[in-house]
Amino acid sequence: MRVTLKLYASLSDFLPDEAKRTNEWPMDVPEGTTVGDMIARHQLPARLVHLVLVNGHFIPPVSRDARALVDNDVLAIWPPVAGG
Amino acid sequence: MAWTRKILRVNLTDRTCKSEPLNMQWAQDYLGQRGLATKYLVSEIDPKVDPLSPDNKIIWATGPLTGTMASTGGRYSVVTKGPLTGAIACSNSGGYFGAELKFAGWDMVIIEGRASSPVYLSIENDKVEIRDASHLWGKTVWETEEAIKAAHQDPQVRVSCIGRTGEAGVLYAAIVNDLHRAAGRSGVGAVAGSKNLKALVVRGTLGVGNLANPKEFMKVTYEKKKILKENAVTGQGLPTYGTQVLMNVINEIGAMPTRNHKDVQFEGARKISAEAMHEPRESDGKAQLVNNQGCFGCTIACGRISKIDQTHYTVVNSPKYWGASGGLEYEAAWSLGCANGVDDIEALQYANMLCNEDGFDPISFGATIGAVMELYEMGVLTKEEIGIEAPFGSARALTFLAEQTARGEGFGKIVGLGSKRLCEKYGHPELSMSVKGQEFPAYDARGVQGMGLTYATSNRGACHLRSYTISSEVLGIPVKTDPLTTEGKPALVKAFQDATAVVDSSGLCVFTTFAWALSDIQPQLQAACEGDWSMEKLDLMGERIWNMERQFNNAAGFTRKDDDLPPRLKNEAAKAGPAKGLVSGIDKMIPEYYELRGWDTEGRPTAETVARLGL
Ligand code: SF4
Repeated sequence: MRVTLKLYASLSDFLPDEAKRTNEWPMDVPEGTTVGDMIARHQLPARLVHLVLVNGHFIPPVSRDARALVDNDVLAIWPPVAGG
Repeated sequence: MAWTRKILRVNLTDRTCKSEPLNMQWAQDYLGQRGLATKYLVSEIDPKVDPLSPDNKIIWATGPLTGTMASTGGRYSVVTKGPLTGAIACSNSGGYFGAELKFAGWDMVIIEGRASSPVYLSIENDKVEIRDASHLWGKTVWETEEAIKAAHQDPQVRVSCIGRTGEAGVLYAAIVNDLHRAAGRSGVGAVAGSKNLKALVVRGTLGVGNLANPKEFMKVTYEKKKILKENAVTGQGLPTYGTQVLMNVINEIGAMPTRNHKDVQFEGARKISAEAMHEPRESDGKAQLVNNQGCFGCTIACGRISKIDQTHYTVVNSPKYWGASGGLEYEAAWSLGCANGVDDIEALQYANMLCNEDGFDPISFGATIGAVMELYEMGVLTKEEIGIEAPFGSARALTFLAEQTARGEGFGKIVGLGSKRLCEKYGHPELSMSVKGQEFPAYDARGVQGMGLTYATSNRGACHLRSYTISSEVLGIPVKTDPLTTEGKPALVKAFQDATAVVDSSGLCVFTTFAWALSDIQPQLQAACEGDWSMEKLDLMGERIWNMERQFNNAAGFTRKDDDLPPRLKNEAAKAGPAKGLVSGIDKMIPEYYELRGWDTEGRPTAETVARLGL
């Protein structure tokens, strides 16, 4: 299935060059891949994985391993950030 | 230095300046800055006064921690009755001016009356003079600061002044210090302009002293700075990416007000985000962002310093804009960009520089342009009237209208009225995205329900800084709540409003609260200020300040019906994202909020509430 991984702020460093100007990285992943699998597969450091959204909905840390992605899901991740 | 215990009272009509002792009982009850200056204002002016008349007063106020070694202790506020709203106005600024005013030995400066010709106020410690400013009238903020520094032969002098928009009475004119830090909202600059007051110019050399417990203060401020440094948001996130990092976050959650709130996601958000500011441009290979910058005593340093693309159409023939200058913060990038559908980040930086250069609020200006563009697309406004074709997405229209507004020319005069008056003038009051006449900031009330209540009940008109529930609803600070529900939001909003009122009265920056709780600020106040500064006292004080502001607004004529959102947010559901199908639940939240506040069904504090708070 096709999903999109979006990595922002300092997590942009984990994107391939061609995705750096959009922060969007579309990819094929096996059925049943969870949010936790994606974080592990791309070796995203735990201290930088803070705000995790699937299709804009917040995924709390305890649900990341259980939340399976489905076709066309957009997984977006930020390190600790804030604004105003 | 905690309080200097001195107030400077200046009457511009009589051209008198006198020193008064600070009312220390009030200082115990209202702390400083926002709370204390508001107490003075509401005690001295008629709530029904015309904000632009000589009978209105305007106060520059520091907090007890302003000028101290507490992190971010450089803030000051400008408090007055606001011309954009007719409500209480209190605009907070950073930079270095606030600390300088404290170093000169003043807790606050109360300005009364109206000068018969342009003046500025020169303060050098105890030496205070009202000086002629005829030669500065008509000058921008940047020109004014340069001219004053040259005239005083002192590059260290700090200037808090208005640009041409403040002189012209643009209803959202700001007061700017240090070239690009601003008491930005509610038109405080227009009040200064109405008094023929161009600037406050301060040099203070009295230093810091008068702390209740200096040793303890040094110890506790050091400990609290460590928390800011070690916290990932205040230690790394804000300094590196600034507030602008929110652009993609808020877009992703579908709470990005776009094209005058017609949409909740902006397809061009990535192009105007913090990430875009960091990457090399195709034209010159340089990133727009040059570095970050801190206000006085700040160990966070969230400020943006940017350089515009010199080949951009806006500046190709204007080298004065080529240097490093205040860069885009999230609110400005949103209002100048998403609110109008404009995704040209260099055009946004140019418009942002004009807001700094001539002192006007980018939030209200940008949101007003959003309304202009909608009226243009509806055929209500024409190219002939505006002076340019102005469909959503037109960077040229945005920058043209920013220039016109800055100079007070052509259609810029109408834009300077703000969206409420502009939309009323053209027969579509419902298209003004505002509360109490002040435009919304950068969060859609359908996608973040708590912000709808924040806007509706903010005492200075729509504002995010009165209760920044984004912290909880989006970022999970201190706990994560669901942005899509109204449940629990009245209590959340009330808690944020009361706590923020204390922070705004202390001299510290509200951004510390991404890492600090009020209980981290409390020991700093306790060490600096004489008296008891328990958490219970601070909690009650926050509530007292909020209710005092509310009472002023009620007396000024505001009622229950003014605590409302525009029909678009209540009737037109979000079209996409997590909030798809949702409208704001404001009508559900208001009664519960009033009850929690101890107000009657019309939004008036009950006699019991008034007595409990000692109002
Ligand atoms: S956090 Fe930002 S706005 Fe606040 S005092 Fe520091 S630099 Fe200024």
